[in-house]
Amino acid sequence: MKKLIREFRQHSFLLYYLTARDFKIKYRRSFLGVAWSVLNPLFMMIVVSVVFSYIFRFNIQHFQVYLILGQTLFNFLSESTNSALSSITGSAALIKKVYMPKYIFPLEKVLFAFVNYAISLVAVGCVMAYYRIPLTWNLVFVPVILLLFFCFCLGLGLFLAAVTVFFRDVMHLYTVVLTAWTYLTPIFYPADILSARLKPVILCNPLYHFINNFRCAVLWGSTPNGLSMLACFVSAAGMLAIGAWVFHRKQDRFILFI
Amino acid sequence: MENESFAIRVDHVSMHFNIASEKLENLKEYFIKLVRRELFFRDFVAVDDVSLEIAKGEVFGIVGTNGSGKSTLLKIISGILKPTTGTVQIDGKIAPLIELGAGFDPDLTARENVYLNGAVLGYSKKFIEQHFDAIIEFAELQDFLDMPIKNYSSGMVARIAFAIATVIKPDILIVDEILSVGDFMFQQKCEKRIAELMSGGTTVVIVSHSIEQIERLCDRVMWLEKSKMCMVGPTADVCEAYRSLAK
Repeated sequence: MKKLIREFRQHSFLLYYLTARDFKIKYRRSFLGVAWSVLNPLFMMIVVSVVFSYIFRFNIQHFQVYLILGQTLFNFLSESTNSALSSITGSAALIKKVYMPKYIFPLEKVLFAFVNYAISLVAVGCVMAYYRIPLTWNLVFVPVILLLFFCFCLGLGLFLAAVTVFFRDVMHLYTVVLTAWTYLTPIFYPADILSARLKPVILCNPLYHFINNFRCAVLWGSTPNGLSMLACFVSAAGMLAIGAWVFHRKQDRFILFI
Repeated sequence: MENESFAIRVDHVSMHFNIASEKLENLKEYFIKLVRRELFFRDFVAVDDVSLEIAKGEVFGIVGTNGSGKSTLLKIISGILKPTTGTVQIDGKIAPLIELGAGFDPDLTARENVYLNGAVLGYSKKFIEQHFDAIIEFAELQDFLDMPIKNYSSGMVARIAFAIATVIKPDILIVDEILSVGDFMFQQKCEKRIAELMSGGTTVVIVSHSIEQIERLCDRVMWLEKSKMCMVGPTADVCEAYRSLAK
Protein backbone atom coordinates (compact mmCIF):
# COMPACT_ATOMS: atom_id res chain seq x y z
CA MET A 1 0.00 0.00 0.00
CA LYS A 2 2.82 2.35 0.94
CA LYS A 3 4.53 1.48 -2.31
CA LEU A 4 1.33 2.19 -4.21
CA ILE A 5 1.05 5.67 -2.73
CA ARG A 6 4.70 6.46 -3.33
CA GLU A 7 4.42 5.28 -6.91
CA PHE A 8 1.29 7.31 -7.43
CA ARG A 9 2.91 10.46 -6.08
CA GLN A 10 5.89 9.94 -8.29
CA HIS A 11 3.68 9.64 -11.35
CA SER A 12 1.17 12.34 -10.49
CA PHE A 13 2.83 14.74 -12.88
CA LEU A 14 2.52 12.14 -15.63
CA LEU A 15 -1.18 11.88 -14.89
CA TYR A 16 -1.51 15.62 -15.05
CA TYR A 17 0.51 15.90 -18.22
CA LEU A 18 -1.36 13.14 -20.06
CA THR A 19 -4.65 14.79 -19.18
CA ALA A 20 -3.35 18.13 -20.38
CA ARG A 21 -2.18 16.49 -23.59
CA ASP A 22 -5.59 14.97 -24.26
CA PHE A 23 -7.10 18.35 -23.64
CA LYS A 24 -4.75 20.02 -26.08
CA ILE A 25 -5.30 17.40 -28.75
CA LYS A 26 -9.07 17.47 -28.37
CA TYR A 27 -9.38 21.17 -29.01
CA ARG A 28 -6.49 21.63 -31.38
CA ARG A 29 -7.42 23.52 -34.53
CA SER A 30 -11.00 24.04 -33.44
CA PHE A 31 -12.13 27.60 -33.58
CA LEU A 32 -14.22 27.66 -30.45
CA GLY A 33 -11.94 25.36 -28.52
CA VAL A 34 -12.98 24.58 -24.99
CA ALA A 35 -16.31 26.38 -25.48
CA TRP A 36 -17.47 23.19 -27.19
CA SER A 37 -17.54 21.42 -23.86
CA VAL A 38 -20.25 23.89 -22.85
CA LEU A 39 -22.02 24.29 -26.17
CA ASN A 40 -22.22 20.61 -26.97
CA PRO A 41 -24.40 19.55 -24.04
CA LEU A 42 -26.49 22.67 -24.57
CA PHE A 43 -27.19 21.88 -28.22
CA MET A 44 -27.82 18.23 -27.47
CA MET A 45 -30.30 19.21 -24.80
CA ILE A 46 -32.08 21.57 -27.18
CA VAL A 47 -32.34 18.94 -29.92
CA VAL A 48 -33.68 16.26 -27.63
CA SER A 49 -36.00 18.61 -25.80
CA VAL A 50 -37.49 19.83 -29.09
CA VAL A 51 -38.06 16.23 -30.14
CA PHE A 52 -39.75 15.37 -26.90
CA SER A 53 -41.76 18.54 -26.60
CA TYR A 54 -43.35 18.32 -30.04
CA ILE A 55 -43.28 14.68 -31.01
CA PHE A 56 -43.51 12.65 -27.86
CA ARG A 57 -44.73 14.40 -24.79
CA PHE A 58 -43.90 13.64 -21.24
CA ASN A 59 -45.33 15.54 -18.39
CA ILE A 60 -42.16 16.61 -16.66
CA GLN A 61 -41.76 19.92 -14.97
CA HIS A 62 -38.66 21.77 -16.13
CA PHE A 63 -38.06 19.14 -18.74
CA GLN A 64 -34.97 20.92 -20.12
CA VAL A 65 -33.23 20.88 -16.76
CA TYR A 66 -34.33 17.32 -16.11
CA LEU A 67 -32.91 16.34 -19.46
CA ILE A 68 -29.56 18.10 -19.34
CA LEU A 69 -28.80 16.78 -15.84
CA GLY A 70 -29.30 13.22 -17.03
CA GLN A 71 -27.60 13.72 -20.36
CA THR A 72 -24.41 15.22 -19.00
CA LEU A 73 -24.03 12.52 -16.37
CA PHE A 74 -24.61 9.81 -18.92
CA ASN A 75 -22.17 11.48 -21.29
CA PHE A 76 -19.54 11.40 -18.60
CA LEU A 77 -20.09 7.69 -18.15
CA SER A 78 -19.99 6.85 -21.84
CA GLU A 79 -17.06 9.12 -22.63
CA SER A 80 -14.93 7.98 -19.71
CA THR A 81 -15.56 4.27 -20.08
CA ASN A 82 -15.32 4.32 -23.85
CA SER A 83 -11.93 6.00 -23.83
CA ALA A 84 -10.71 3.98 -20.85
CA LEU A 85 -11.64 0.85 -22.75
CA SER A 86 -9.04 1.48 -25.43
CA SER A 87 -6.55 3.23 -23.15
CA ILE A 88 -4.28 0.23 -22.68
CA THR A 89 -4.36 -0.97 -26.27
CA GLY A 90 -3.86 2.62 -27.42
CA SER A 91 -0.81 3.16 -25.25
CA ALA A 92 0.97 0.07 -26.51
CA ALA A 93 3.96 2.07 -27.70
CA LEU A 94 4.54 3.48 -24.26
CA ILE A 95 3.80 0.35 -22.26
CA LYS A 96 6.22 -1.70 -24.33
CA LYS A 97 9.09 0.66 -23.78
CA VAL A 98 8.93 2.17 -20.34
CA TYR A 99 7.86 0.89 -16.99
CA MET A 100 5.05 2.78 -15.34
CA PRO A 101 1.98 1.85 -13.35
CA LYS A 102 -0.52 0.82 -15.98
CA TYR A 103 -3.63 1.98 -14.17
CA ILE A 104 -2.43 5.50 -15.00
CA PHE A 105 -3.91 5.16 -18.50
CA PRO A 106 -7.55 4.33 -17.69
CA LEU A 107 -7.41 6.66 -14.71
CA GLU A 108 -6.21 9.47 -16.95
CA LYS A 109 -9.07 8.90 -19.40
CA VAL A 110 -11.67 8.96 -16.67
CA LEU A 111 -10.07 12.07 -15.22
CA PHE A 112 -10.10 13.75 -18.60
CA ALA A 113 -13.76 12.92 -19.10
CA PHE A 114 -14.44 14.29 -15.64
CA VAL A 115 -12.74 17.58 -16.49
CA ASN A 116 -14.96 17.81 -19.55
CA TYR A 117 -17.96 17.02 -17.44
CA ALA A 118 -17.02 19.72 -14.96
CA ILE A 119 -16.86 22.23 -17.81
CA SER A 120 -20.24 21.11 -19.11
CA LEU A 121 -21.67 21.94 -15.69
CA VAL A 122 -21.44 25.55 -16.84
CA ALA A 123 -24.12 24.71 -19.39
CA VAL A 124 -26.18 23.03 -16.68
CA GLY A 125 -25.83 26.14 -14.54
CA CYS A 126 -26.98 28.37 -17.39
CA VAL A 127 -30.07 26.27 -18.05
CA MET A 128 -30.91 26.21 -14.37
CA ALA A 129 -30.53 29.96 -14.10
CA TYR A 130 -32.72 30.43 -17.17
CA TYR A 131 -35.53 28.41 -15.65
CA ARG A 132 -34.93 29.95 -12.23
CA ILE A 133 -34.44 26.72 -10.33
CA PRO A 134 -33.95 27.62 -6.66
CA LEU A 135 -30.81 26.29 -5.05
CA THR A 136 -31.10 24.54 -1.72
CA TRP A 137 -28.82 23.11 0.93
CA ASN A 138 -29.26 19.73 -0.70
CA LEU A 139 -26.52 20.75 -3.10
CA VAL A 140 -24.09 19.42 -0.51
CA PHE A 141 -24.94 15.97 -1.84
CA VAL A 142 -23.58 16.85 -5.27
CA PRO A 143 -19.89 16.33 -4.49
CA VAL A 144 -20.68 13.05 -2.75
CA ILE A 145 -22.68 11.76 -5.68
CA LEU A 146 -20.06 12.88 -8.18
CA LEU A 147 -17.26 11.27 -6.21
CA LEU A 148 -19.15 7.99 -6.06
CA PHE A 149 -19.98 8.23 -9.73
CA PHE A 150 -16.34 8.88 -10.55
CA CYS A 151 -15.37 5.72 -8.66
CA PHE A 152 -18.06 3.78 -10.49
CA CYS A 153 -16.81 4.95 -13.90
CA LEU A 154 -13.21 4.30 -12.93
CA GLY A 155 -14.01 0.77 -11.83
CA LEU A 156 -15.91 0.07 -15.02
CA GLY A 157 -13.13 1.67 -17.06
CA LEU A 158 -10.43 -0.44 -15.42
CA PHE A 159 -12.46 -3.57 -16.01
CA LEU A 160 -13.13 -2.76 -19.67
CA ALA A 161 -9.53 -1.73 -20.33
CA ALA A 162 -8.22 -5.02 -18.97
CA VAL A 163 -10.73 -7.19 -20.77
CA THR A 164 -10.30 -5.38 -24.10
CA VAL A 165 -6.61 -6.27 -24.15
CA PHE A 166 -7.52 -9.93 -24.42
CA PHE A 167 -10.73 -9.67 -26.41
CA ARG A 168 -11.01 -6.80 -28.81
CA ASP A 169 -14.64 -7.78 -29.38
CA VAL A 170 -15.53 -5.96 -26.20
CA MET A 171 -15.01 -2.71 -28.06
CA HIS A 172 -17.88 -3.45 -30.44
CA LEU A 173 -20.05 -5.07 -27.85
CA TYR A 174 -19.78 -2.14 -25.49
CA THR A 175 -21.27 0.27 -28.03
CA VAL A 176 -24.39 -1.86 -28.03
CA VAL A 177 -24.40 -2.06 -24.25
CA LEU A 178 -24.17 1.70 -24.01
CA THR A 179 -27.09 2.18 -26.35
CA ALA A 180 -29.20 -0.24 -24.35
CA TRP A 181 -28.13 1.52 -21.20
CA THR A 182 -29.32 4.90 -22.50
CA TYR A 183 -32.82 3.55 -22.97
CA LEU A 184 -32.87 1.65 -19.70
CA THR A 185 -32.06 4.79 -17.78
CA PRO A 186 -34.66 7.49 -17.29
CA ILE A 187 -32.70 10.21 -19.03
CA PHE A 188 -35.36 11.70 -21.24
CA TYR A 189 -38.46 10.03 -19.78
CA PRO A 190 -39.84 10.03 -16.25
CA ALA A 191 -39.15 6.92 -14.19
CA ASP A 192 -42.79 6.44 -13.29
CA ILE A 193 -44.02 5.80 -16.83
CA LEU A 194 -42.43 2.36 -16.60
CA SER A 195 -44.68 -0.60 -16.10
CA ALA A 196 -44.56 -2.49 -12.83
CA ARG A 197 -42.69 -5.27 -14.60
CA LEU A 198 -39.88 -2.99 -15.66
CA LYS A 199 -39.57 -1.14 -12.39
CA PRO A 200 -37.33 -3.73 -10.67
CA VAL A 201 -35.03 -3.70 -13.70
CA ILE A 202 -34.56 0.04 -13.39
CA LEU A 203 -33.93 -0.27 -9.68
CA CYS A 204 -31.06 -2.64 -10.47
CA ASN A 205 -29.52 -0.06 -12.76
CA PRO A 206 -26.92 1.85 -10.75
CA LEU A 207 -27.04 4.71 -13.21
CA TYR A 208 -30.71 5.29 -12.33
CA HIS A 209 -29.77 5.90 -8.72
CA PHE A 210 -26.92 8.24 -9.55
CA ILE A 211 -29.00 10.34 -11.92
CA ASN A 212 -32.09 10.31 -9.75
CA ASN A 213 -30.22 11.36 -6.63
CA PHE A 214 -28.45 14.04 -8.57
CA ARG A 215 -31.74 15.42 -9.79
CA CYS A 216 -33.09 15.30 -6.26
CA ALA A 217 -30.27 17.41 -4.95
CA VAL A 218 -30.10 19.87 -7.82
CA LEU A 219 -33.50 20.12 -9.48
CA TRP A 220 -36.10 19.13 -6.94
CA GLY A 221 -34.29 20.49 -3.91
CA SER A 222 -35.09 17.44 -1.85
CA THR A 223 -32.83 15.17 0.16
CA PRO A 224 -31.91 12.05 -1.78
CA ASN A 225 -33.46 8.84 -0.55
CA GLY A 226 -31.14 7.09 1.90
CA LEU A 227 -31.60 3.67 0.40
CA SER A 228 -30.92 5.02 -3.06
CA MET A 229 -27.74 6.70 -1.83
CA LEU A 230 -26.71 3.39 -0.35
CA ALA A 231 -27.24 1.81 -3.76
CA CYS A 232 -24.89 4.43 -5.25
CA PHE A 233 -22.29 3.71 -2.62
CA VAL A 234 -22.48 -0.05 -2.97
CA SER A 235 -22.36 0.01 -6.76
CA ALA A 236 -19.43 2.46 -6.78
CA ALA A 237 -17.42 0.49 -4.23
CA GLY A 238 -18.32 -2.81 -5.87
CA MET A 239 -17.49 -1.69 -9.39
CA LEU A 240 -14.20 -0.16 -8.30
CA ALA A 241 -13.26 -3.31 -6.41
CA ILE A 242 -14.08 -5.58 -9.34
CA GLY A 243 -12.34 -3.34 -11.85
CA ALA A 244 -9.21 -2.91 -9.74
CA TRP A 245 -9.06 -6.60 -8.98
CA VAL A 246 -9.37 -7.72 -12.61
CA PHE A 247 -6.95 -5.06 -13.77
CA HIS A 248 -4.40 -5.89 -11.12
CA ARG A 249 -4.54 -9.59 -11.81
CA LYS A 250 -4.16 -9.21 -15.56
CA GLN A 251 -1.82 -6.25 -15.89
CA ASP A 252 1.42 -8.20 -16.12
CA ARG A 253 0.14 -10.02 -19.17
CA PHE A 254 -1.01 -6.92 -21.06
CA ILE A 255 2.31 -6.46 -22.75
CA LEU A 256 2.11 -9.87 -24.41
CA PHE A 257 -1.14 -8.99 -26.13
CA ILE A 258 -0.74 -5.42 -27.28
CA MET B 1 28.16 -11.80 0.15
CA GLU B 2 27.11 -8.19 0.63
CA ASN B 3 23.71 -7.53 -0.79
CA GLU B 4 24.25 -3.82 -0.67
CA SER B 5 26.87 -3.60 -3.34
CA PHE B 6 24.64 -5.00 -6.08
CA ALA B 7 22.62 -2.70 -8.27
CA ILE B 8 20.95 -5.47 -10.23
CA ARG B 9 20.49 -9.04 -9.21
CA VAL B 10 18.89 -11.36 -11.74
CA ASP B 11 18.04 -14.72 -10.24
CA HIS B 12 17.24 -17.68 -12.51
CA VAL B 13 15.10 -15.60 -14.82
CA SER B 14 13.24 -17.23 -17.70
CA MET B 15 10.82 -15.62 -20.08
CA HIS B 16 8.36 -17.71 -22.03
CA PHE B 17 6.14 -16.38 -24.74
CA ASN B 18 3.00 -18.15 -25.76
CA ILE B 19 3.12 -17.84 -29.50
CA ALA B 20 -0.22 -19.47 -30.23
CA SER B 21 -2.29 -17.30 -27.97
CA GLU B 22 -0.53 -14.11 -28.94
CA LYS B 23 -2.29 -13.89 -32.26
CA LEU B 24 -5.77 -14.16 -30.81
CA GLU B 25 -7.72 -11.07 -31.58
CA ASN B 26 -11.30 -12.11 -31.01
CA LEU B 27 -13.59 -14.55 -29.31
CA LYS B 28 -14.20 -16.60 -32.41
CA GLU B 29 -10.54 -17.40 -32.81
CA TYR B 30 -10.30 -18.09 -29.13
CA PHE B 31 -13.00 -20.72 -29.22
CA ILE B 32 -11.70 -22.29 -32.41
CA LYS B 33 -8.30 -22.64 -30.82
CA LEU B 34 -9.86 -23.86 -27.63
CA VAL B 35 -11.74 -26.57 -29.46
CA ARG B 36 -8.66 -27.56 -31.41
CA ARG B 37 -6.68 -27.53 -28.20
CA GLU B 38 -4.06 -25.33 -29.73
CA LEU B 39 -4.45 -22.68 -27.17
CA PHE B 40 -1.53 -23.11 -24.83
CA PHE B 41 0.82 -24.99 -27.03
CA ARG B 42 3.78 -23.51 -28.78
CA ASP B 43 6.01 -22.17 -26.14
CA PHE B 44 8.85 -19.89 -27.07
CA VAL B 45 11.64 -19.31 -24.61
CA ALA B 46 13.20 -15.92 -25.07
CA VAL B 47 15.39 -15.95 -22.00
CA ASP B 48 16.38 -19.23 -20.43
CA ASP B 49 17.48 -19.40 -16.82
CA VAL B 50 19.79 -16.42 -16.68
CA SER B 51 21.35 -15.39 -13.40
CA LEU B 52 23.70 -12.50 -12.94
CA GLU B 53 24.69 -9.83 -10.53
CA ILE B 54 25.83 -6.40 -11.55
CA ALA B 55 27.72 -4.40 -9.00
CA LYS B 56 27.09 -0.76 -8.27
CA GLY B 57 29.06 1.52 -10.51
CA GLU B 58 29.86 -1.25 -12.95
CA VAL B 59 29.53 -0.84 -16.71
CA PHE B 60 28.10 -4.06 -17.95
CA GLY B 61 27.84 -5.05 -21.59
CA ILE B 62 25.63 -7.63 -23.22
CA VAL B 63 26.56 -9.06 -26.61
CA GLY B 64 24.87 -11.67 -28.74
CA THR B 65 23.48 -12.22 -32.20
CA ASN B 66 20.07 -11.02 -33.29
CA GLY B 67 17.19 -12.67 -31.49
CA SER B 68 19.30 -14.04 -28.69
CA GLY B 69 17.16 -12.40 -26.04
CA LYS B 70 19.22 -9.33 -25.20
CA SER B 71 16.44 -6.81 -25.48
CA THR B 72 14.01 -9.09 -23.67
CA LEU B 73 16.45 -9.36 -20.80
CA LEU B 74 16.81 -5.58 -20.68
CA LYS B 75 13.05 -5.20 -20.63
CA ILE B 76 12.85 -7.62 -17.74
CA ILE B 77 15.53 -5.73 -15.84
CA SER B 78 13.79 -2.42 -16.35
CA GLY B 79 10.46 -3.84 -15.18
CA ILE B 80 8.58 -3.57 -18.46
CA LEU B 81 8.20 -7.33 -18.71
CA LYS B 82 7.52 -9.62 -15.80
CA PRO B 83 9.63 -12.78 -16.05
CA THR B 84 7.76 -16.08 -16.25
CA THR B 85 9.97 -17.53 -13.54
CA GLY B 86 12.76 -16.12 -11.44
CA THR B 87 13.17 -12.76 -9.80
CA VAL B 88 14.90 -9.49 -10.44
CA GLN B 89 16.04 -7.22 -7.65
CA ILE B 90 16.91 -3.66 -8.39
CA ASP B 91 18.49 -1.21 -6.05
CA GLY B 92 18.05 2.34 -7.25
CA LYS B 93 16.31 4.37 -9.89
CA ILE B 94 16.43 3.14 -13.46
CA ALA B 95 16.57 5.28 -16.57
CA PRO B 96 15.84 2.98 -19.48
CA LEU B 97 16.85 3.88 -23.01
CA ILE B 98 15.30 0.76 -24.41
CA GLU B 99 14.26 2.01 -27.78
CA LEU B 100 14.52 5.31 -29.53
CA GLY B 101 12.05 7.84 -28.32
CA ALA B 102 10.53 5.70 -25.64
CA GLY B 103 7.37 7.48 -24.68
CA PHE B 104 7.44 10.14 -27.33
CA ASP B 105 4.24 11.24 -28.93
CA PRO B 106 4.96 11.99 -32.60
CA ASP B 107 2.26 14.64 -32.81
CA LEU B 108 3.63 16.73 -29.99
CA THR B 109 6.46 19.20 -30.36
CA ALA B 110 9.93 18.59 -28.97
CA ARG B 111 9.22 20.94 -26.11
CA GLU B 112 6.05 19.07 -25.15
CA ASN B 113 7.80 15.75 -25.57
CA VAL B 114 10.53 16.72 -23.15
CA TYR B 115 7.83 17.22 -20.55
CA LEU B 116 5.95 14.09 -21.51
CA ASN B 117 9.03 11.91 -21.54
CA GLY B 118 10.23 13.43 -18.30
CA ALA B 119 6.86 12.70 -16.75
CA VAL B 120 7.03 9.14 -18.06
CA LEU B 121 10.39 8.72 -16.36
CA GLY B 122 8.82 9.98 -13.15
CA TYR B 123 10.36 13.47 -12.99
CA SER B 124 8.42 16.29 -11.41
CA LYS B 125 7.34 19.35 -13.34
CA LYS B 126 9.68 21.57 -11.38
CA PHE B 127 12.61 19.31 -12.09
CA ILE B 128 11.98 19.36 -15.83
CA GLU B 129 11.58 23.12 -15.86
CA GLN B 130 14.86 23.52 -14.05
CA HIS B 131 16.73 21.25 -16.41
CA PHE B 132 14.94 22.10 -19.64
CA ASP B 133 17.74 24.26 -20.98
CA ALA B 134 20.39 21.73 -20.09
CA ILE B 135 18.48 19.03 -21.98
CA ILE B 136 18.06 21.12 -25.08
CA GLU B 137 21.62 22.29 -24.99
CA PHE B 138 22.93 18.76 -24.75
CA ALA B 139 20.73 17.61 -27.61
CA GLU B 140 21.67 20.71 -29.65
CA LEU B 141 18.11 21.18 -30.86
CA GLN B 142 17.50 24.79 -29.92
CA ASP B 143 16.20 25.66 -33.38
CA PHE B 144 13.64 22.88 -33.65
CA LEU B 145 11.91 23.14 -30.31
CA ASP B 146 8.41 23.78 -31.57
CA MET B 147 8.41 21.32 -34.41
CA PRO B 148 6.35 18.12 -34.05
CA ILE B 149 8.70 15.27 -33.37
CA LYS B 150 7.36 13.21 -36.28
CA ASN B 151 9.32 15.51 -38.55
CA TYR B 152 12.56 14.75 -36.74
CA SER B 153 15.19 12.40 -38.06
CA SER B 154 15.84 9.32 -35.95
CA GLY B 155 19.20 10.73 -34.95
CA MET B 156 17.58 13.86 -33.59
CA VAL B 157 15.04 11.81 -31.65
CA ALA B 158 17.86 9.74 -30.20
CA ARG B 159 19.66 12.86 -29.08
CA ILE B 160 16.70 14.18 -27.22
CA ALA B 161 15.89 10.82 -25.68
CA PHE B 162 19.43 10.43 -24.45
CA ALA B 163 19.54 13.97 -23.13
CA ILE B 164 16.35 13.55 -21.11
CA ALA B 165 17.28 10.19 -19.65
CA THR B 166 20.71 11.30 -18.52
CA VAL B 167 19.89 14.76 -17.21
CA ILE B 168 19.15 13.20 -13.87
CA LYS B 169 21.90 11.11 -12.33
CA PRO B 170 20.13 7.78 -12.51
CA ASP B 171 21.39 4.98 -10.32
CA ILE B 172 21.08 2.62 -13.26
CA LEU B 173 21.18 3.52 -16.93
CA ILE B 174 20.07 0.97 -19.47
CA VAL B 175 21.20 1.57 -23.02
CA ASP B 176 19.99 -0.54 -25.92
CA GLU B 177 21.76 0.17 -29.19
CA ILE B 178 21.06 3.82 -28.86
CA LEU B 179 24.66 4.82 -29.26
CA SER B 180 24.73 3.49 -32.78
CA VAL B 181 22.57 6.32 -34.07
CA GLY B 182 23.53 9.91 -34.34
CA ASP B 183 26.67 11.13 -36.00
CA PHE B 184 30.10 10.32 -34.66
CA MET B 185 30.26 13.64 -32.85
CA PHE B 186 27.16 12.86 -30.90
CA GLN B 187 28.28 9.32 -30.21
CA GLN B 188 31.43 10.73 -28.68
CA LYS B 189 29.34 13.10 -26.64
CA CYS B 190 27.20 10.24 -25.37
CA GLU B 191 30.22 8.21 -24.43
CA LYS B 192 31.62 11.17 -22.58
CA ARG B 193 28.36 11.56 -20.71
CA ILE B 194 28.33 7.89 -19.80
CA ALA B 195 31.91 8.21 -18.55
CA GLU B 196 30.79 11.16 -16.44
CA LEU B 197 27.92 9.20 -14.98
CA MET B 198 30.17 6.25 -14.30
CA SER B 199 32.55 8.34 -12.29
CA GLY B 200 29.50 9.56 -10.38
CA GLY B 201 28.69 5.98 -9.45
CA THR B 202 25.96 5.14 -11.97
CA THR B 203 25.59 1.54 -13.01
CA VAL B 204 25.32 1.18 -16.78
CA VAL B 205 24.02 -1.76 -18.78
CA ILE B 206 24.75 -1.58 -22.49
CA VAL B 207 23.58 -3.75 -25.35
CA SER B 208 25.43 -3.19 -28.57
CA HIS B 209 26.43 -4.92 -31.75
CA SER B 210 29.55 -2.88 -31.90
CA ILE B 211 32.19 -4.91 -30.12
CA GLU B 212 34.59 -2.02 -30.28
CA GLN B 213 32.18 0.11 -28.31
CA ILE B 214 31.65 -2.60 -25.73
CA GLU B 215 35.39 -3.07 -25.38
CA ARG B 216 35.94 0.61 -24.93
CA LEU B 217 33.26 1.15 -22.29
CA CYS B 218 32.59 -1.99 -20.33
CA ASP B 219 34.13 -3.56 -17.28
CA ARG B 220 32.38 -6.87 -17.67
CA VAL B 221 30.46 -8.49 -20.50
CA MET B 222 27.88 -11.22 -20.84
CA TRP B 223 27.42 -13.19 -24.02
CA LEU B 224 23.88 -14.30 -24.61
CA GLU B 225 23.29 -16.91 -27.28
CA LYS B 226 20.00 -18.62 -28.22
CA SER B 227 18.34 -17.37 -25.04
CA LYS B 228 21.00 -18.90 -22.86
CA MET B 229 23.86 -17.33 -21.03
CA CYS B 230 27.03 -18.43 -22.81
CA MET B 231 29.72 -16.65 -20.95
CA VAL B 232 30.22 -13.90 -18.40
CA GLY B 233 33.50 -12.34 -17.54
CA PRO B 234 36.02 -9.59 -18.10
CA THR B 235 35.51 -7.66 -21.30
CA ALA B 236 38.62 -8.88 -23.08
CA ASP B 237 37.91 -12.58 -22.60
CA VAL B 238 34.27 -12.51 -23.63
CA CYS B 239 34.84 -10.25 -26.62
CA GLU B 240 37.63 -12.51 -27.76
CA ALA B 241 35.37 -15.55 -27.59
CA TYR B 242 32.52 -13.73 -29.27
CA ARG B 243 34.77 -12.59 -32.09
CA SER B 244 35.98 -16.10 -32.71
CA LEU B 245 32.36 -17.04 -33.46
CA ALA B 246 32.65 -15.14 -36.68
CA LYS B 247 35.57 -17.17 -37.86
